[in-house]
Amino acid sequence: MSAGTVDGGQAVQRRGALQASRVERFRRMVEIRLIEDRVLELFGEGLIPGTTHTSQGQEAVCVGVAAVTQPTDPVACTYRGHGMALALGATPEAVLGEILGRQIGCMGGLGGSMHLSDPSVGLLPTMAIVGAGIPVAAGAALTAQVLGTGAVAVSVFGDGAANIGAFHEGLNLAAIWKLPVVFICENNQYGEYTRIDRTTPVTDIAVRATAYAIPSEVVDGQDVDAVEAAVAGAVGRARSGAGPTLVEAKTYRYAGHSRSDKATYRPPGELDTWLKRDPVTLFGEKLVSEGLLDAEGLEQVGADVAAALEATLERVTASPYPTDAQMLAQAGAVRE
Amino acid sequence: MNQAIALAIAEEMERDDRVVMFGEDIAEAEGPFKTSEGLLARFGPGRVRDTPISEMGFVGCAVGAAVTGLRPVVEIMFVEFLGVALDQLVTEAATMHFLSGGKLKAPLTLRASVGAGLGFGCQHSQTLERWLLGTPGLKVAVASGARSAYGLTKAAIRDDDPVVVMEPRSLYGRREDFEPGEQAVAVLGQGTLLKEGSDVTVVALGQTVASALEADESSDWSGDIIDLRTIQPWDRDIVATSVAKTGKLVTVEENQFTGGWGSDIVSYVASQCYGDLSAPPLRVTAPDVHVPYGTVLEQRYLPGADYVSEQVSALLKTGSTPRPWWEGAL
Repeated sequence: MSAGTVDGGQAVQRRGALQASRVERFRRMVEIRLIEDRVLELFGEGLIPGTTHTSQGQEAVCVGVAAVTQPTDPVACTYRGHGMALALGATPEAVLGEILGRQIGCMGGLGGSMHLSDPSVGLLPTMAIVGAGIPVAAGAALTAQVLGTGAVAVSVFGDGAANIGAFHEGLNLAAIWKLPVVFICENNQYGEYTRIDRTTPVTDIAVRATAYAIPSEVVDGQDVDAVEAAVAGAVGRARSGAGPTLVEAKTYRYAGHSRSDKATYRPPGELDTWLKRDPVTLFGEKLVSEGLLDAEGLEQVGADVAAALEATLERVTASPYPTDAQMLAQAGAVRE
Repeated sequence: MNQAIALAIAEEMERDDRVVMFGEDIAEAEGPFKTSEGLLARFGPGRVRDTPISEMGFVGCAVGAAVTGLRPVVEIMFVEFLGVALDQLVTEAATMHFLSGGKLKAPLTLRASVGAGLGFGCQHSQTLERWLLGTPGLKVAVASGARSAYGLTKAAIRDDDPVVVMEPRSLYGRREDFEPGEQAVAVLGQGTLLKEGSDVTVVALGQTVASALEADESSDWSGDIIDLRTIQPWDRDIVATSVAKTGKLVTVEENQFTGGWGSDIVSYVASQCYGDLSAPPLRVTAPDVHVPYGTVLEQRYLPGADYVSEQVSALLKTGSTPRPWWEGAL
């Protein structure tokens, strides 16, 4: 009953590459950006059913988290999960295959855009219910604590989730049991179609950690190094037995909530302001200033990723849709 | 029955270090219904934990623990409290196996006290198995006494899918002698034929099993009395085999008429065993009202032995379904 492709450990290798090299981290950010842009085009071409939630603008959070956690650290993430899945190591083939609903996808095309998973790199099935993954991550941390595995669970959620009960209950439980979990809030300023200040009376979600005696930190979510530093500190605390931390990464969602949302509710100029601090551009410039890449190298990364993406898409679109037998084998209540 | 449950959990915790238990007041206080007596002392605070009053949080925590290697047992004190955690059970736990392409399992056991009969009023007296029916990936069992509670609890903990075990609250203090051990472990999805008879097939669940047995004993008819034990998946074979013999089907359900668990049994038998039937199937249920508080009305509300006896007798005598007591009662 395995679904999708057997990637032969490719996801773990991709995770290792990202952890070992800053250039690779940049390459992954470019990969996420190009894939998300392409996903919106593919949607327009009618190749993606239903809806899809893209994460352009949030690449530094995804890559920063993946860089300082291990494949053995379970991650509970949201339906805006393409970027996170790719950062953690899931292959473009597995991710795009799933988004396009093909057999080659990470769950055989039966899950779709909102439901990506790859346990080989810790990615639990991404959940389409806002906040649902927060107590689930606490539970994954409970396993680590009870069995003494040394793993740290990671919960990635948006600012919108900070107003649902699961957030408060999950943080409370993690705090009283001192669970090894890191809560990461991708504060992209909008909960679905509504700006955060309309729904949330605090400017920083991080202050809510205080109510649960959990340390917290606000970081610039457009700076991959800042995200890495904050998350690494939180992971270290969790692994040492000091309990949970909440990291709030201030970031921005370039696209609307989902494919059908043109985001006309945003104030004029807001997107342009954020684009001036684009995380991919910022990190590229930083690598150039450090001498790790030159201008030509930057372009080459983009060209390489784009070429690989087209090759991946050829394989994905050649992959069949799942069959009746695959649906029936996986959907039943009783497993043999 | 509560001691049988505590014994079943203790044995499974002894057998498998991955089994942990948490819920409200279950550790230091040993459970409001004493279903976790002795567990904290024996297995320690790492594996037996009190939670805040926070069902969404701790059921979600059980989901995360289950998919990463533990086998959590969580207790919902009154099944109504599951309402605030339904997302975590129905939408998360039940889909984890599917959504991981079969790579993850969610072996969690969710126990809940259910049912009327103790005067707890309408928000602490429902059975609510109907909330869970039709959810692929989820199993639902209902205990009818100490023996089945022991067997179902152990089977649930060993099962790789999320399993809900409902425990009729009125039975916690009820004694039933049985031999614990491997032979008593239930098979989820299998009913039990408690008593053989030729006139009618009576299918019961939870605390209506006792009503069905008592009705059978005190009446001039003699039925096959089946304790369904698991309502999802339910044992089609045991019911169909019995109906082929008796030609008549009666379900005895604690829930209200509309949308009750018996609807699915009757629907299946009517369409798949039509040729075996010599009378229309009959559902004996509670009326479509909230559970009343006072003892007299609460007992009126529940389908007790006398009412089951009357209804079955009327069916057998007339060959057609009698009206329920509440029709024409105003």
